[in-house]
Amino acid sequence: MAKTSMRHAYAQHLVQLGAQHANIIALEGDLKESTQSIQFQDAYPARYIDCGIAEQNMVGVAAGLALSGKIPFVHSFACFISMRAIEQVRTSVAYPKLNVKFVVSHGGISPGTAGTTHHAIEDIAIMRAIPNMTILVPGDAKEVRQCIDAALAINGPVYVRLGASDAEDVYGEQNNFKPGMATQLRDGNDVTIITTGMLVHEGIAAADILRKEHGINARVLQMASIKPIDRNAIIAAARETGKIVTVEEHTVLGGLGGAVAEVVSEIGCARVVRLGINDHFCGVGSAACLMKEEGLTVENIITQIRTLN
Amino acid sequence: MDHNKISELKSVARHARKLIVDMLICAGCGHPGGALSSLEIMTALYFDLMQVDPHNPQWNERDRFILSKGHSSIGLYAILHLKGFMDLETLLTFRQDNSLLCGHPDMHKVPGVEMSTGSLGHGLSVGAGMALAAKFDKQTYKTYVLMGDGETQEGSIWEAAMFASHHKLDNLIGIVDRNMIQIDGNTEDILALEPYKAKWESFGWHVVEIDGHDYSQIAGSIKGAPYCTGRPTLVLANTVKGKGVSFMEHNPAWHGGGLKGDLAEIALQEVNAALAKEL
Repeated sequence: MAKTSMRHAYAQHLVQLGAQHANIIALEGDLKESTQSIQFQDAYPARYIDCGIAEQNMVGVAAGLALSGKIPFVHSFACFISMRAIEQVRTSVAYPKLNVKFVVSHGGISPGTAGTTHHAIEDIAIMRAIPNMTILVPGDAKEVRQCIDAALAINGPVYVRLGASDAEDVYGEQNNFKPGMATQLRDGNDVTIITTGMLVHEGIAAADILRKEHGINARVLQMASIKPIDRNAIIAAARETGKIVTVEEHTVLGGLGGAVAEVVSEIGCARVVRLGINDHFCGVGSAACLMKEEGLTVENIITQIRTLN
Repeated sequence: MDHNKISELKSVARHARKLIVDMLICAGCGHPGGALSSLEIMTALYFDLMQVDPHNPQWNERDRFILSKGHSSIGLYAILHLKGFMDLETLLTFRQDNSLLCGHPDMHKVPGVEMSTGSLGHGLSVGAGMALAAKFDKQTYKTYVLMGDGETQEGSIWEAAMFASHHKLDNLIGIVDRNMIQIDGNTEDILALEPYKAKWESFGWHVVEIDGHDYSQIAGSIKGAPYCTGRPTLVLANTVKGKGVSFMEHNPAWHGGGLKGDLAEIALQEVNAALAKEL
């Protein structure tokens, strides 16, 4: 399968949307090459503001623009929007339910050797705790475009988390993303693998090997929409497969695994195993090295599921 | 400044002070100190300087006001009532169960409130965003942001200050209620702001220092803006915390607190006496 940069796919799509929506304004926190918001700057320099290294102000300015009928798209790394500027996100955007879109790159441990300061393993949990916030974590370039279209259609704050690495194209043309809806990529009744973001690729690969080599039929659900989350799909998976393994590039506390466990706990009929980062800061290494260390690999998903069965 | 206008503004503020004391008694809590110190400023903005329409609060060309020091809501609510944005019955529900009026204002609940505020240091960035939108759309409205002096200890204020001057937002007017007092004491003892005027000037703002209780000076400072094309204006308003209620003046203990018993009686006597003089 081909690999595509999610950031490039995003930026190209935003440029297209900019032609149709004159009220889109792009804000950047001095990372325009990394986030690729530079593409919007090249296309519409008058509607682009590099706010410098001042994320709190950038989010406040976005609130003021939204109050004046603009649709600000705010760009930075996941760690800086979700932590450095979080009170502005919560109090000046989410509380008044303003129409601001946060599109962050470098989610999870994809910044790799940049180090712990630039990882964002807590951002989904932080954003999930904030009322009015929609959280979308697409898995490939096609899903990025669909998430951005969905974000634009929502009149309120949306957090879209992109990774730094290139993503495998997993969907072809059949995917039909909608906020609050899981995408079922493999059918099966022995176990359910629930993924978010780029780990959808590992989830599918593990399911295919489990079926072929071990006779285990795993259902695969991609949860690009973390909030709202598809309760019906989770409940059906719990009832029909009895075992759920969540896979996320995030701490196991409060992210995808937490959200799934919350839903399952209400009906109490399935075991939930959460794969992710086990409540520690990650070491030094490339994204691939860290993913291996944290068990976010096809091999480990298979091992975990075989242990369950 | 026209003598009749000054008399009118003084009358509005006297009524507002009476309403503030009533609200503090009804609610048993609130933040009187900074509301009273900034009352003349808010009175002048709403009754002399800003274009707003209580019958059409979302009128597109209105001037924008952000109470960045959201805890001074009690003063803003009184002024919005006197201007016709809400009735007296609503006003007196301040901080009651299920009231529209919480201690820090909610834009979705109170007509005339442009932005929900309360956590300090947010308002100047939001005002900069509004001023920027006016530039984008070639609109002529002005954006006013009222800050507390203690509030400007927040680093985000200085991010916003840099941003506004960099983007030449001369349609943005910041006003600092320089009453010298924050919750824990004198600003210069807690975390010194001086040299304060020079700080704002060094961030690229044109600073006008005034007596924040003098209507001629308030109007003069704001009507003169922008003083330089491309520069935001900062009105540094020297004020008295707790102004108009003798035991609250200059007293950090009255940053926050409700009124009851003897002190409620004294406060009521003082604001009523001021009103009676008018008659």
